[in-house]
Amino acid sequence: MTVADADPRPADTRPAALRELPRWGPWRTGLAILRRDLFVTGREFPIFLAQVILQPLFLLFVFGKVLTELGYARPGYQLVLFPGLVALAAVLTGLQSTALPLVIEFSYSNEIEDRLLAPLPIGAVAVEKVVFAAMRAFVAAAVMFPIGIWILGSIPWSSSTGLAVFVMIVIGSLLGSAMGLILGTYVPPNRINVTFALVLTPLIFTGCSQYPWPSLGHLRWFQVVSALNPMTYVSEGLRGLMVPHVPHIQTWVCFVVGVTYLIVLMVIGMIGFNRRALG
Amino acid sequence: MHGGPHETTGAALTVQPPGDGRAPAVEVDGLAKRYPKSAVDSLAGVSFQVRQGEVFGFLGPNGAGKSTTIGILTTRIRPTRGRAIVAGVDVVADPVGARRVLGVVPQQNNLDRSLSVRQNLLFHASYHGVPRAERIRLADALLDQFGLADRPDGRPDDFSGGQIQRMMIARALMHAPSVLFLDEPSTGLDPAARLFLWEKVAELQQAGTTVVITTHDMDEAATLSDRVAIIDHGTLLALDTPAALVRGMASERTLDCAVDPGPTTDAGALAATIGALPGVRETERLDDPVTGAWRLRIYVEGEPAGYVAPVAQAVSAAGGSLTDARLGEPNLEDVFIHLTGRALR
Repeated sequence: MTVADADPRPADTRPAALRELPRWGPWRTGLAILRRDLFVTGREFPIFLAQVILQPLFLLFVFGKVLTELGYARPGYQLVLFPGLVALAAVLTGLQSTALPLVIEFSYSNEIEDRLLAPLPIGAVAVEKVVFAAMRAFVAAAVMFPIGIWILGSIPWSSSTGLAVFVMIVIGSLLGSAMGLILGTYVPPNRINVTFALVLTPLIFTGCSQYPWPSLGHLRWFQVVSALNPMTYVSEGLRGLMVPHVPHIQTWVCFVVGVTYLIVLMVIGMIGFNRRALG
Repeated sequence: MHGGPHETTGAALTVQPPGDGRAPAVEVDGLAKRYPKSAVDSLAGVSFQVRQGEVFGFLGPNGAGKSTTIGILTTRIRPTRGRAIVAGVDVVADPVGARRVLGVVPQQNNLDRSLSVRQNLLFHASYHGVPRAERIRLADALLDQFGLADRPDGRPDDFSGGQIQRMMIARALMHAPSVLFLDEPSTGLDPAARLFLWEKVAELQQAGTTVVITTHDMDEAATLSDRVAIIDHGTLLALDTPAALVRGMASERTLDCAVDPGPTTDAGALAATIGALPGVRETERLDDPVTGAWRLRIYVEGEPAGYVAPVAQAVSAAGGSLTDARLGEPNLEDVFIHLTGRALR
C-alpha cells in the first residue's frame, strides 16, 4: 500500500501546504496509520494467527467433535455450534484487538500520541483503531471455516448466502471492535483485568454462540438477557444464513439490530476516545 | 538540513506582525484553561508572542502551567478561553492544520516500540504525507545528524534515555515543522546528553526553526533561550531576554568580602567607610556564625568587580586585610525568587 507516496508535494514547503490544504490529506494520513498497523501485524502474522485460532479451535473440537462423538451432544449439534463460534471469534477478537492496545497506548506506552499529533481529526484515529481491529477479527472469523472443515469434516455452507455471511461477519467484527473501543477508553488501566473478567465471560455465554436463541423459550429471563447482547444477533444472523432449518431470529432483524448497536456503540466509544485523547 | 527553506511566509498568516516585521511563529492571546472539577485556572489568561526563528523558553516550577500551555499549542488540550495561533494556524479552529506545521518532543518516551528507530522516523513522516523518497532521504540524514546511524534497526527499548530523546527530536523533524515544541527536554539526561541536546537546539535555530522549550532548569533557560517567559500559578510573570531579565535585578549585584581584621580595626567604622564609597547602596554584615570570621556583603550599582580595589583600600586603611572577594551577579534564579517570593525547586 503506497497511498502515502502518491502526493507530489515536497515535505519542506509548509507555506504551500498551508495555502492549499490537501483535500485528501486526513485520508492519506489515516491510511498511513493503518499501513503501520498492518505492517506490524504482518511481521508477526503466525503469532497473530495462533492467538486468534486457539480458543475457537478448542471450542470447536470439544463441543463439536468430542461431545458429539461421546454422545453427550446430539448429532447435528455442530451445525448449530459452528455459526455461533464464527460469531464468537469475530466479536471477541475485535474486542480484544481494540481494548488491550488502547489501554496500553493511553497509559503505559503513550504510543498513540504520535498518531494523535498526526494531521487528521482525533476521531479518525479511533476509527482507524476500530477498522484495523475489525480486520483482525475478520481474519479470525474467516480461518474458522478451514478449521471447521478440518475438525468437523464439513461445514454448513451455501454459496447463495455467501455475501450475506460476509457482511454479517464484517458487522460482527466491527461490533466487537466498537465494544473494545468503549472498554479501552472508559476503563482505567488498573481496572482492565477485573473489567475483562467481568465483561468477557458474560459476553461469551450470553451471545447465543452455543445454542439458538429461540430454544431459550423456557428459560425466559436468560433469553431476555441474551437479547441484550449484541453478539446474539451476529450468532443468530449467521445461523439463519448458514443453517436456515434451525429455529433462529429473523435474519433481517439481526442485520437491523446489529447495525443499530454498531452505531450506538461507536458513538459512545468515540466520545470516550475523545475524552481520553483531549484534555 | 531540511532540504530547503521551510519557514512560514506572511502569505498564510493573518496575525499582526511584531517588531521585526515578520509574523510571529506563535501568538497567544488571553489563553486560559480550567480543568473539569478544578476550582482554579491552571492557566489564567496568558498572552505572548514567539518570533520566527527564536528559541523561546518557558521557565517555571512543576504545575506552573507550562505543560498546559504546550498542550494547548500542540492541540492536545482544549483551552477554556483565549486564542492560540501556531505558524498562522488557529490551533482551536483548525487542529488538523496546526498539527501539520508543528512538531512535538514530549516529556516522556512515546516512541513506537513495535518499530525500529528508522521505522519510527519513516512512519511518522508518512503520517504527515511526506513522499517516500523524501522521507527515506530525511530519515537517513537525521539519523546521521543525531548520532543514531550506527543502530538504525534497533528497537527504542534498547536505547538510553539520551538516545531516546534524540530519536524523538529526529522524529519530530521528519515533517519539517515550522515550530518545534520541546517539553522538559533535558529532564533525566546525563550532562553529556544535555550538552548534545543544547547543541542540536542551537543548530535547529540556525536552520530557521522556531523552538519553544519548557524547563525548570535555570541554566538551560539562560543558555538556550533568546527570550524567557517566567510562569507561575498559570500567570505570566515576566518575558524578556535572559540578560534583560537579570539586568532588571540590578539591586541584586553584590560583592561578598572576607576581611581579616587587624588589632585596631573597628567593624562599624569600616562598614560606614565602605558604605560611603560612590555606587555602594548598602553594606550588610554576614559574619560566619561558627568561626566569627568577618564577612561583608556590599550591594553595588554597576559591575561589582569595579569595587574590589576601593574596598580593599578601605579595609587596609582600617588596619585589616581583604582575604577573599566574590562577585555576586544575579541570575535567573534570583529573578524567579524576586518575582514569586520562592525558589524554583
